[in-house]
Formats: sequence, C-alpha cells, structure tokens
Amino acid sequence: MVTGSLKRTPLYEEHRRAGARMVPFAGWEMPLSYAGILEEHRAVRTGAGLFDVSHMGVVELRGRGAEETCQRLTTNDVRRLRDGRAQYTLLLNERGGILDDLIVYRLESTRFVLCLNAANTDTDLAWIRNHARAETEVEDRSADTALLALQGPRAAQGLRPHVAETLMALPPFGCLETRMAGVSAIVARTGYTGEDGFELFVRADGARHVWTVVLATSPVRPAGLGARDTLRLEAGLLLHGADMDADTCPYEAGLERFVRLDSGPFVGRDAAVAAAREGTARRLARLLLRGAGIPRRDYAVTAHGRRIGTVTSGGLAPVLGRGIALAMIERAHAAAGTRLAVEIRGRAVEAEVVDGPFHRLATA
Amino acid sequence: MQFPENLRYTREHEWILVRDHEATVGITDFAQHELGDVVFVELPEVGVPVSEGKAFGVVESVKAVSDVYAPVDGTVTAVNDDVRAKPELVNQDPYGGGWLVKIRLADPGQVDLLMTAAAYSEYTRGQET
Repeated sequence: MVTGSLKRTPLYEEHRRAGARMVPFAGWEMPLSYAGILEEHRAVRTGAGLFDVSHMGVVELRGRGAEETCQRLTTNDVRRLRDGRAQYTLLLNERGGILDDLIVYRLESTRFVLCLNAANTDTDLAWIRNHARAETEVEDRSADTALLALQGPRAAQGLRPHVAETLMALPPFGCLETRMAGVSAIVARTGYTGEDGFELFVRADGARHVWTVVLATSPVRPAGLGARDTLRLEAGLLLHGADMDADTCPYEAGLERFVRLDSGPFVGRDAAVAAAREGTARRLARLLLRGAGIPRRDYAVTAHGRRIGTVTSGGLAPVLGRGIALAMIERAHAAAGTRLAVEIRGRAVEAEVVDGPFHRLATA
Repeated sequence: MQFPENLRYTREHEWILVRDHEATVGITDFAQHELGDVVFVELPEVGVPVSEGKAFGVVESVKAVSDVYAPVDGTVTAVNDDVRAKPELVNQDPYGGGWLVKIRLADPGQVDLLMTAAAYSEYTRGQET
C-alpha cells in the first residue's frame, strides 16, 4: 500500500491531533481507533460516539427523472418515500448480484441523495451515470461533503444543543436539510451500529467546526473504523465486499425484504424473480459460538465434520464476550437453532445459528 | 514504551526472562500496543515441547490473529491461566501479569543470541503503525 496516494478527509488533522491510529481503508487514510476499539465500542453501546465516515460516497440525483432513475437502479420502492425520508436499498447488476448496498435519502421529489460504500463509489457512480433516465442530473458530492455519524443511545443528547429542537422528533430513517452549529447540513436518523443515532452530511469546509463542537458535548466521544466494524457485526449488519458482493444475490444475503418485486422494472429484477421463485442453495447465517474462540473471515463452517460454508465476517462480540460470525452456508443448515461448528486452527468449535442482532441476545 | 533491561527480546516481539534453567515468556509492550485490545489467548498444555522460532500459542486482538513464537527450545512447565481468563492482562501488564508460559530450557546458551533491551528498542524504532 502506497500511503502517499491515500485520500484524506477534511478531519485528518483532527484525528492526528487526537492521537488516532490511522490505517489505509478503501483508498483512504482513516482513523482505526483513538482510545481503543473496545472502549469506543462500549461508548457507542452505552453513550454516544462520533465517527468520521467522510470516505463514503455521496451522490446527488436531481431533476424530474431523478425518482425514476432511483427506481430503475435500486431494489427497494423509492416511490414509497415522502420528502424527508430515507430507505436502505441495493444496487444490482443484470445477473442480480449486489453491486453495493446504500441508503437513498429523498430531500424533495426532484432531489435524492445516495450514500455509497467508499470502495464502490467510483464504480457505482459510473453505473449510475450509465443507467440514468432522462431528465436526471447526477452529481458526485463526495469531495465537497463530509459525513459524520453520531451513534449511541445518548446520540440525541449530543446533537440537541446544535440543531433546531424540531429535529429531536426526527423518526428513524427521517432526514432534513437544516443548519447544524451554523453549518449547512443534512441531518438523518440513520446509522450502521444497531443503535439510535444520526448521520450528518455537512459541507467539507464546515466539517472541522461541526466535529469539534459535537465532540465537546457530553457524552460524545470519538470512535474509529475499528469500533464501527465490531458494532455493525454485533448488530448483525452486513458489509459489502465481505458478506456480500457482485456474486451474491439478495436472497442469499438475507436482504430480500429490501427487494420490492412489485415496484416495477429495475436492473437485476429478472434474476431476482428467478431467485425468489427457485430459492438459493446458499444463505448468509448469523452464528453465535458456544465454545471458546474467535471466528475470522474465511474460516470453514462444518456440520457433522462436513464443510458447508465459510465465515464472511467474524469477531468477538464485546457485549456478549462470545465469538460471532456471519457465514455463507448451505441453506439446509441455515435455520435458527441449528448446531454447526467453526473450524478454528484445526479445532471444531460449536456454534449455533441465531436470528436477529447479536447484541440484543444478551437481554433477550 | 517499556523494555526492561533484565529481559531478552525476539524479532517476533516476544520477551524472555531466565532464572536458572527456567524461562518466563510473553509478548512485548510494543507488540501489545500494535495489536490493540487482546481478547483471546491460546496456550499449550504443560509438558508440551517447544522449538525456537516455532509458534507455541496465539494472541488475538479485536482486529488480528497473531502467533506467538518460542524464543528458545524447551518444554512448557507452566501456563498462565489468569491470562486465558483475562486476556486484557497482556495489554495492562505485558511483563508481569500478562506472562504466557514458562519453559524449561534445553540449551541456556540460546538466550544469549537474543536481543538486549537496547538492541530491541533500536529494532522497533520506526515499526509503529
């Protein structure tokens, strides 16, 4: 990795000053952690953490054709969105494989914002431009937009002093163009941690100001990409490029509830219809280890000694103190309650297929 | 970064403390810092033979799996059960409560080939991520 070629967010200097450990990620030099991954993870589960996720792609679609472009490119039903509402959705190729997962924010009937994975932004943008319908203007806003994620059960407490009081009533997946600490911003109640929280799209030249004032608000603490990954895994949320990719269809990934076959034509719909009708041989499952050990990406998953799949993401669930994994396995073994094993350095460690977010199991 | 003078060090970032023919082994302050939060430690059983340069255990942080290599030839005489139960001891006290195993030395002369604190300090300079 040539570090000289890595891109930096507008908050790079702030991260260095805070003593962050910086790592290359998807072509960017990003903060892995500040105080330690586990400490930041717990801060987000119990208080509030602020993440710089400005590496993510931000694309704006404008014009009378913008909604139709969204509708034709994504699997969810954009027409169900009102102004100020967002939805999780997928971008498929013609074979029905997942090019990316994203959130579409509807600001107005003629203005939509798409938030894309950093590693896919360039290819997504080319794909979107190629498939744009008439009267759609596609603008890459990634460079002039910083994205901050304020996440945790006390995130609202960290946001409140800096926004209009009406924003406190923003529902999950609501979004609003507003001002935040004097800076133009889109405030959205979305995130990637399994907690309440907000994503803040701010002008790049106002990012340092917003970052600084929010961090100065109790109980907000900075959190890095390390905790972002452990939080999303513990919440059972998928990572594109690990748990799904262009060779994975939504029915394998367990994302079929975001595919609206009744919403009219979209790229990949024929393949999706076939997958829905015929079923898939593989299925992404959530595994909770019953024995000691930490499952990692590419470890084998077995049933009665026979390999039935592969771990796509794994780690220790900090709130459970147990190993957890997402694994792509034969569908016949993917029902909740099924006992399987993960091979860890030649040892078969017992695991159980579970439903729902891991971090809620503790209190269930 | 602490590198006590009475220890010897390996290029793989283990430390060894020799008393008579028994040595205590762990990973260095540099290693624990690079790994970050240690959350799992896998160690051999007492009586297992170990060979210089060969992995005898595993230390896992949140992000990474890391082998631990034997600094010398010998036989495991004790294993730190506390660190199995509380892997964070490796971060909190790498040269004390975070020790991993004790080894009966096959050839005490091997220890002299390992780096001194000064040499190891020089070796780690510039390796931080």
